[in-house]
Amino acid sequence: MHELSIVSSVLDQLDDWKKQHGGRQISKVGLRVGELAGVDVDCLRFGFECVVQDTEWASLALEIEQVARRQRCPRCNHEFKAENWAAGDLPMPFTACPECGEVGTETIAGEELQIAYFEVEDE
Amino acid sequence: MSQIAVEKKVLNENQKIAAELREKFREHKILVVNIISSPGSGKTTLLERTLDRMNQERTDKRMRVVLLTGDLQTENDATRLAQWGFPVKQIITGGTCHLDAKMIERHLADWPLESFDLLIIENVGNLVCPTSYDLGEHFKIVMLSVTEGEDKPLKYPSIFVKSELMILSKVDLLPYVPFSAELAKSNARSMHPGIQIIETSSKGDGLDEWMKWLEEKLAAVKSGELISA
Repeated sequence: MHELSIVSSVLDQLDDWKKQHGGRQISKVGLRVGELAGVDVDCLRFGFECVVQDTEWASLALEIEQVARRQRCPRCNHEFKAENWAAGDLPMPFTACPECGEVGTETIAGEELQIAYFEVEDE
Repeated sequence: MSQIAVEKKVLNENQKIAAELREKFREHKILVVNIISSPGSGKTTLLERTLDRMNQERTDKRMRVVLLTGDLQTENDATRLAQWGFPVKQIITGGTCHLDAKMIERHLADWPLESFDLLIIENVGNLVCPTSYDLGEHFKIVMLSVTEGEDKPLKYPSIFVKSELMILSKVDLLPYVPFSAELAKSNARSMHPGIQIIETSSKGDGLDEWMKWLEEKLAAVKSGELISA
């Protein structure tokens, strides 16, 4: 349950931006959370609601984009979503390339824990 | 309404401090490992065996080790580890489920880093939250004991993906528990094909291999070949 710390880190960064921009209102924040980020999205939403209520951020909307784990094959350059698959009856490793069977593939997406954007009221 | 693209890490502040720590570790050529597991997997026991072994080395060959150990409450682990005479500090998080870079920075502040070779960070027992926090370490190490489930790497993929090494602990109990070491290892490799694996027990299994792993990584840090990114 470190989702509360994560919400605080997000709000700290928004606070900084707001201070630098003469208190301009931020209405929405968009986060990008990868499958491998170690963050539970439901906990994050719940933590967010708890933290913002009765504060100046009470009306801040939250949007979360979840990012699946994707791999790139060093042998055939194929890019694919890491998921369970089987070659006939044989279960294949999560990270094995479905094109050529290479197991040592590289993670190219899914570790994100980012503030993607936020929306501000027009001045 | 206008949208402003940010594209910044949520844990930006943590990342900044971790980068400063990393720079310090590089400057002083100190190897840093961050050990993560669920509670009760045997992190502290492995460290006890490690320190005991290091103490048996000739003084001029002995690694100069320093330890930070994290828990929600109590100084118990630091007390256990202090017996071998290496500097140890307990980080009491007071309820927080992970260590962050700021805690590491604060607890290292009065230690002369130039006098050490190896910093071992024993994280709070938790397979999820510590994964998100960069502590400036060279390597995360995940520990899984044979009294847990073989499917832990599938249930908690993140830490297995981010760890250089998996320590499979308590292997002396394998005859008594319904646990397939082969399945656990293949699950870990299916999440992270390149993960290294060492099997250990409190009886001393795997200790030679573990010490060798540390010595090789330390040599790479000293020669400048290994730089934490």
